[in-house]
Amino acid sequence: MKVTRILIWLPLALFAILLVVVATGIVKPGDRTIHSRMVGKPLPAFTLKPMVANKPGLSPQGFREGGPRLLNVFATWCIPCIAEAPELMELKRRGVAIDAVAVRDTPGDVRKFLARHGDPYARIGDDAKGEVQLEIGSSGVPETFVIDGQGKIAMQHIGAIRRDDIPDIMAALERAK
Amino acid sequence: MNRFAILCAVALVAAGPALADTSRPPVDYANTQLSDPRQEAQAKALMEELRCLVCQGQSIADSDADMAGDMRALVRRRIAAGEKPDAIRQWLIDRYGDYVTYDPPFDWLTAPLWLTPIVLVALGLLLARRSLKRRGRN
Repeated sequence: MKVTRILIWLPLALFAILLVVVATGIVKPGDRTIHSRMVGKPLPAFTLKPMVANKPGLSPQGFREGGPRLLNVFATWCIPCIAEAPELMELKRRGVAIDAVAVRDTPGDVRKFLARHGDPYARIGDDAKGEVQLEIGSSGVPETFVIDGQGKIAMQHIGAIRRDDIPDIMAALERAK
Repeated sequence: MNRFAILCAVALVAAGPALADTSRPPVDYANTQLSDPRQEAQAKALMEELRCLVCQGQSIADSDADMAGDMRALVRRRIAAGEKPDAIRQWLIDRYGDYVTYDPPFDWLTAPLWLTPIVLVALGLLLARRSLKRRGRN
């Protein structure tokens, strides 16, 4: 009889637990972004042809000669990429070396994009089939990876870079030196 | 309230879908089957168990997203090259985590997912047995 008296509160207790679970989900939604598991690992081997005539293409070799660099995964058909263009220009102005992987893009579109929104890139690789994007564990555009001087992926920034993301990225570049 | 509803309706109509697709044609093998039917069946089975990373609720076999097309191409290319489906799945897990597969491995994190149904069925059986016994007595 005593057991039943305790058991009678069980549904209410379960309801309270459910309520807490739902409430935390509303107050603090979970992290739905898909982080690359390649962070902390060296860049995988790849070779990308140059996307535009006046800039070299891209391979991990280019990240092993000197200081840390940014690897920006972008596309001209991606609207947030336009939004982050001024911030990439700001990073370039601060002396950051930036390379790019252009995903599923065409040279003509890229030329027009750079003429219109500024050109922060030292190298642009043509990732026509999105192969390098998959290779480095990027799940969308734009994404920006901090690569240290040894060609290791030090950090991944998912989504467009906003003005208030710049200190974090500068700090990561500093750490990657 | 009514005005708000109208405003919402107008906003819904006015909001066009965001253009986030390339003008490039899809890559080979994104929508082309492998010529060997046995290999294609293998590829198809694997594609149905891989999650599209930009749509999140669909498998790459179901999705029209460009990135899903790239992933289908990757699966078919590797199957055609003789790679085992499990190796391809592992290659993707190494890059995106278990999230990318619809067949999650059994570990301490997924244990509740696998074990809860068993526990609930056991609990149900126990309750049923108890209440049936009681009814038998009456």
